[in-house]
Amino acid sequence: MPDEATTTGKSYLTPFNIVAGIIIIIGLYVTVLRFTQGLGAVTNLSDYNPWGIWIGFDLLVGVALAAGGFVTSAAVYIFGMKKYHAAVRPAILTGFLGYAMVVVALNYDVGRPWRLPYPFIMQQGTTSLLFEVAACVALYLTVLFVEFSPAALEWLGLKKARNIVIKLTLLLTIFGVVLSTLHQSSLGALFLIAPSKLHPLWYSPYIAVFFFVSAIIAGLSMVIFESTLSHHYFADKMDEAHLKEKDDIALGFGKAASFVLAGYFIIKVIGISESNNWHLLGTSYGIWFLVELLGFVALPCFFYAIGVREKNLKIIKWTAVWTVLGIILNRLNVGLIAFNWHLPSSERYFPHWMEIAISVFLVTVGLVVFRFIVSHMPILYAHPDYEDEH
Amino acid sequence: MSISRRKFLGWLGAAGFGTALGNTAHAASNKHFDGYPNSNGVLFDNTRCIGCRKCEEGCNRVNELPEPDRPFSDLSLLDTKRRTTAKSYTIVNRYDEAASGKGPLYRKDQCNHCLEPACASACFVRAFSKTTSGAVIYDASVCVGCRYCMIACPFEIPTYEYDKAFSPRVMKCTMCYPRISKGLLPGCVEACPTEALTFGKREDLLKIGRERIAKFPERYVDHIYGENEMGGTSWLYLSAVPFEDVGMREDLGVTPAPKLTAGALSAVPMVVGLWPVLLTGIYAINQRKGKIERQEKEQAVAAALEKAVSEAETKLSQAMEKAEKEKAAAIETAVSKALEDAAKAAEEEVGDPAAEDADKKSSEEDS
Repeated sequence: MPDEATTTGKSYLTPFNIVAGIIIIIGLYVTVLRFTQGLGAVTNLSDYNPWGIWIGFDLLVGVALAAGGFVTSAAVYIFGMKKYHAAVRPAILTGFLGYAMVVVALNYDVGRPWRLPYPFIMQQGTTSLLFEVAACVALYLTVLFVEFSPAALEWLGLKKARNIVIKLTLLLTIFGVVLSTLHQSSLGALFLIAPSKLHPLWYSPYIAVFFFVSAIIAGLSMVIFESTLSHHYFADKMDEAHLKEKDDIALGFGKAASFVLAGYFIIKVIGISESNNWHLLGTSYGIWFLVELLGFVALPCFFYAIGVREKNLKIIKWTAVWTVLGIILNRLNVGLIAFNWHLPSSERYFPHWMEIAISVFLVTVGLVVFRFIVSHMPILYAHPDYEDEH
Repeated sequence: MSISRRKFLGWLGAAGFGTALGNTAHAASNKHFDGYPNSNGVLFDNTRCIGCRKCEEGCNRVNELPEPDRPFSDLSLLDTKRRTTAKSYTIVNRYDEAASGKGPLYRKDQCNHCLEPACASACFVRAFSKTTSGAVIYDASVCVGCRYCMIACPFEIPTYEYDKAFSPRVMKCTMCYPRISKGLLPGCVEACPTEALTFGKREDLLKIGRERIAKFPERYVDHIYGENEMGGTSWLYLSAVPFEDVGMREDLGVTPAPKLTAGALSAVPMVVGLWPVLLTGIYAINQRKGKIERQEKEQAVAAALEKAVSEAETKLSQAMEKAEKEKAAAIETAVSKALEDAAKAAEEEVGDPAAEDADKKSSEEDS
């Protein structure tokens, strides 16, 4: 078991801490501005552009990249791929922190955050896709918290509570997959109501399916990416099982990602065909669409396949990064870049630096919390009391 | 971990109950909503509008909106394209090029009060409602401020009070709902000096519009904007030129906004109902696969063990047999040797009684 007191006696002035500290100070300053002066003081939002990067990045990208939790737990507990067991806890933890970050970001974005429970306790707007998103995100955040709790309970030495939660694993996993299916797809379906605003190449009656399938890709790639980073920075926290399974995880998840990317590519092409938008591919938006589809879907699909075939972990790891960037690009395209494409450039949105500062601030806080938890709780290693359980 | 049948059925029941709790989203059907009967609307005729901005002033006054930076009499504002803002529910824009040689045309913009409003369909706290009077109204007391209504509105009407930190509201035209409930005219209609705006029952306004087009076919394009756009709106428009030329989108289609999301919403109960079944099934298949694997392994081990035991047994019995044979052979040789010895001794014994004794002794031992 790794030494829990590694940081004592050492200086806290590491480069990471200094950068994180500066970002957090700026973030706190903008936070005060946001909640005392209003959205207008810190954002470039307008009546034409009611949603900025706090929705386009923090919500759409955040939720997609946090899909690793449900993908991994489904693979291990439902599809019986026990050899990836070591990936479950880090994936659940990142998922939980990701969703927590999304919910905190929403508190910045909505006009009256203290009313966020209103859709549940006052009046239910069940005709709204946003209601579905809100309900599922709220429930899923709870599910992720419970799924994560065994690590914390082991750390705290609460064996009885921990064993009760472990018994719920299958139920929680199934619930998590149902909720994830619903809200990952609904995030795309949010835009179904605005066919006159979203560019036809991105608007599709299948947009909900696109969002769900690409979330699986994001989840698989994020697990590979995280495991690479964790191995780089927290190798001393990893036990033998984690170190041994690491390469298996990259190969297995890379293979899965390649297949799902291939399916995603096919349904995206079907999407163009269904709306008969071939003629739009020659326009400037069309070329941008092709950059996304060929450069960030077809290409990683191919490189994942090569990496798995050659058992080349380096290719797989870089492809994972490339794929994650592709998902980010897709969400920004739907939420911001191809949205309101009909407006003159003077009416288009570009984020205020303070909006970016808050997004960076929230990601940084997530990283700091992740580091704390990984350093203290049994995430990358099995707790000695429960080592034989897997 | 394993699941019992009782547990499984329990989960299934829970999932089913969850979906039965209420769902007002209706999937696409052959039902068509034509608006509430006798609901109100306003007809705007751009051939009559002179761009005096009196409607803006009237709106500002009756809705007690903040004083504008420049007075309503300042018509130079018409030189730039404007949109509705949190401080102005309605605005008038001028289109110089729209009618060649006929002078400028104007277009008044405000909430169109859709028959099936996108904002109301999109709101997750039901802050918007379409009243039977025709007005689409907003309840600031429940609004969370997510601004999805602004995303959803195809006419880009709702605006937001971004500068308010503690009680920002969505701002939009209410068709002067408080006034029309009392039998008064909306502020803009009352203020219009040229009767470019007509308030009345929507059905009547459609008739008036058709009559005007029929009477002066050279003056109007043969279309009443709002009759079918986005499923129909309470605000209706007549124009001298194609509507696109006065800044109104003609590519919105006739599908009411709620129909656009009905399919996605109707998939929800199916996912809730079937996903647990499918996933539990996959889990069960994998459990069974594992169980069979274990059984096969056990069987193989048992068979191997059995084989080893039987092999060992045969080997042992063979060895025993061999040993027995060897023993028998040894006895035989010993006996024959003894007999030989005895015969030899007997030959030598003739006349030697001591030897006879010895021979007797040895034969006793042998038997």
